Amino acid sequence: MKLLTHNLLSSKSLKNVKVGYPLRIVAKDVKISEKEFNMEFVTKMIPKLDWKVLVEAAIQIGHGNGLPEQLVDDYEEDEDLLKKIHHILMEVEVINGELICPETERIFPISSGIPNLLLNEDEVS
Amino acid sequence: MKRFIYLLWFAHEHVAFRIHEIESIASLLNIPIKWLEPPSDEPWYLVELPSEEAVQQISARSVTMRRALQLWADEPTISKLHETLKEKCLNGILEPFKLKSFKVDVDLFCNSQTKEEKLERIESFSYIPFEGPVNLKNPDVTFQYIEYYGLDPKNIPEFPTRTFFGRVVAESGRSLIHELSLKNRTFIGNTSMDPQLSLLMANLGKVSNGDLVLDPFVGSGSLLVAAAKFGGHVIGTDIDYLMLHGRTRPTRKQTRHIPRRNESIEANMVQYSCVDKYIDVIVADSSIPCWRSDVEFDCILADPPYGIREPTERIGSKEFLPIVKKETIHFPSKVDYGLNEIVKDLMKFSSKQLKLNGRLLFWVPVFKQHYDESQIPRHSSFKLIGNCEQVLTTFTARRLLIFEKIKMPEDTDECSCTIPSTNSFREQFFNWDENRLTRKEKKEAAARNKELWFAKLNNINVK
Repeated sequence: MKLLTHNLLSSKSLKNVKVGYPLRIVAKDVKISEKEFNMEFVTKMIPKLDWKVLVEAAIQIGHGNGLPEQLVDDYEEDEDLLKKIHHILMEVEVINGELICPETERIFPISSGIPNLLLNEDEVS
Repeated sequence: MKRFIYLLWFAHEHVAFRIHEIESIASLLNIPIKWLEPPSDEPWYLVELPSEEAVQQISARSVTMRRALQLWADEPTISKLHETLKEKCLNGILEPFKLKSFKVDVDLFCNSQTKEEKLERIESFSYIPFEGPVNLKNPDVTFQYIEYYGLDPKNIPEFPTRTFFGRVVAESGRSLIHELSLKNRTFIGNTSMDPQLSLLMANLGKVSNGDLVLDPFVGSGSLLVAAAKFGGHVIGTDIDYLMLHGRTRPTRKQTRHIPRRNESIEANMVQYSCVDKYIDVIVADSSIPCWRSDVEFDCILADPPYGIREPTERIGSKEFLPIVKKETIHFPSKVDYGLNEIVKDLMKFSSKQLKLNGRLLFWVPVFKQHYDESQIPRHSSFKLIGNCEQVLTTFTARRLLIFEKIKMPEDTDECSCTIPSTNSFREQFFNWDENRLTRKEKKEAAARNKELWFAKLNNINVK
């Protein structure tokens, strides 16, 4: 699971959960793999992101170096920053670990890089 | 501004999708098309486009088109075609290409030719003052001659009803169909979508560079491969854990006995060198979306299960039994999830989480004799752009529905989908013939017949 995906996922469909965001990450294996930088994608993606959550997630799994706490307004001009964001979004990947619902502590396992968000039949709201 | 006349020459398959594909690509690339003839089922479109570059851009993405010609001659008979061409040669139309290496391709639509006849046809253009060498493998310029014999293969006229001659300005994206062939793909499932249709869907969904594309019924990821090839960054979810982990029963007959190894959607992305565009796949139930409420996707492509080869299921249970907590892993039970419910949930989800003017595409299976327009799903936030049929069997077909989001969702939005489902598609699929016997019944009947036959034989022997 990439940090980009983490930024989009919530556990709001769990019974009695209101926001279910952000999910906490427990990373057991983290893999870094090189991906081609696509400036258009990164600039298109940034407005869809919750920046604070991204920075926190990156710090949680130990790859938060060099990410500014606040996103500058003219990020589109700053190619170095965009490359850093690309690295965090697409290149850092949790292979094995857990996602944890912030409200109910329900654990969603991540195995072989694929998070399992299936609920049990009694957890569906 | 000077504009040029081009002939877009099509492969004669998936005819219903053709116009939508060309319109989608042109609107995506922001290229104005002027139709010189109303689009029809005939295998060409005659169009005026602003530049050769524009034609090349459109062709490069199209998978229904074969190639695009800059039209030199377009006549109802062969002799007239030669006259026009001779005149144009005198006016110097060939000048820029005179010294280049070339070849001439011949296409007969709805007719066939022998090698000799083909040569004869090529020779008939010998009056064109080519000075460059012939090069069949890698020519600088290719010319195309087309004879059109109508659309009815049972009634082929003696002479063509229309003839074209032109210079090939662009080849289409059809080579991608072979590149993505399911035959050589690392990971395929029972219901992997054919590459041409996947590519078509990506085109119809107007997937472009940097888009965030979602497939909520991802399966083996065929739609994602196509979307990624056209620049989309792809993400998918599926309820089937084993499928996403590449551990279902092997699909290929020849290797049925060998368990899958290192097979996954990501492996496919690596195979087609678009792993840079692959984000993630997630095991999740599409009936209970797992996304942050304000995430907006640029395009949603889906091929929901029809209940024939893949079950239509969601998490749930019919009875409210408490789950016994054990140390072992719990496998949630699943309940049947009707096609109409799937479609309605998909449309409601998309009305919230698709960008404005973004496209939602999905397939629905229909019984041809029971189908009528009113059954098609509707939602107040979506406009139906296209509804194209692909025939599957004598009785069944599936329809690709193309929707565009025209407004943000409101509480008053209405959503309907009434594909006949009192008898589900599955039941009808297997029971269209009332006299049809099940495999078990057939076996029993065969056994009975055998006994009768033996009894008869014994009788004869006794006599």
